[in-house]
Amino acid sequence: MNAIKFLFAAYIATWLIHAFYIGTLVRRFGRLRQQWKELGKGK
Amino acid sequence: MKRLFPILSIFTAAFLAYALYRALVVAPTDALQGDVYRIIYYHVPSAWTALLLFLINFVASIVYLIRRSPKADMVALVCAEVGVVFCTVVLVTGPIWARPVWGIWWAPGDIRLTSTLVLWLIYVSYLVLRRFSSGAQTQMLAAALAVFGALDMPLVYFSIWFFRTQHPQPVIGGGGSMDPRMLHTLLINWAAFLCFAFLICWSRYRLEVVQREVEQAHALESLVGAGESAKASMPLSRSSQ
Repeated sequence: MNAIKFLFAAYIATWLIHAFYIGTLVRRFGRLRQQWKELGKGK
Repeated sequence: MKRLFPILSIFTAAFLAYALYRALVVAPTDALQGDVYRIIYYHVPSAWTALLLFLINFVASIVYLIRRSPKADMVALVCAEVGVVFCTVVLVTGPIWARPVWGIWWAPGDIRLTSTLVLWLIYVSYLVLRRFSSGAQTQMLAAALAVFGALDMPLVYFSIWFFRTQHPQPVIGGGGSMDPRMLHTLLINWAAFLCFAFLICWSRYRLEVVQREVEQAHALESLVGAGESAKASMPLSRSSQ
């Protein structure tokens, strides 16, 4: 059965989903840091 | 605390790498499915982690409804969001596993599959409510939605015990047997995913704290601005009288 590609597809998809979510968290942190600086509280 | 996060991150990365090694190398090949069964080491731990996070969301929502604690509200929000991510993994890896084993991507009408999809939709709607509603009642409405949404969890979990489904029977406690090396690998992968989920939740919680501080600072700034403009307009209005 040539099913090994499904195994790798599942593992890659899992990490892509997590990487995407972590990417959104990093972007949101960056945006908040910018807002914080604009408020004059950045150091 | 600042030091603990990188240490935990390194530990979790090493643990996940070890769990992957166990899943791909140490665990024996399944006699029926071959190597494709190894999807179980990502699919099942992700499902358990998602259910655990939704359960924490349920408890935190009840605590919020009783005590109106902002911390409980933040915990509920964080667990729902990270739970949706893990549930997405389940809904993506499931069909990828089903295709070579069942010959179909999705079994329409299957209660385990459908109830899991409904659970995902409930928590996505919870997040949409949190994201796009800004009224004073939003947190309470979201908590109420979470409490009712959690009613789907027992259906998801017990559906394969009480109904005949395309989905296999439970690997633990369902009367089936599993090679001890497979079971250990499954539990190690779950532990690694729990550490990963904890780290993500921790980051998301910090993000939420900072976000609320920024919102408060913005509100304070606009209050001060409004106060100053009111002060500036006072002498003018008096002098005109």
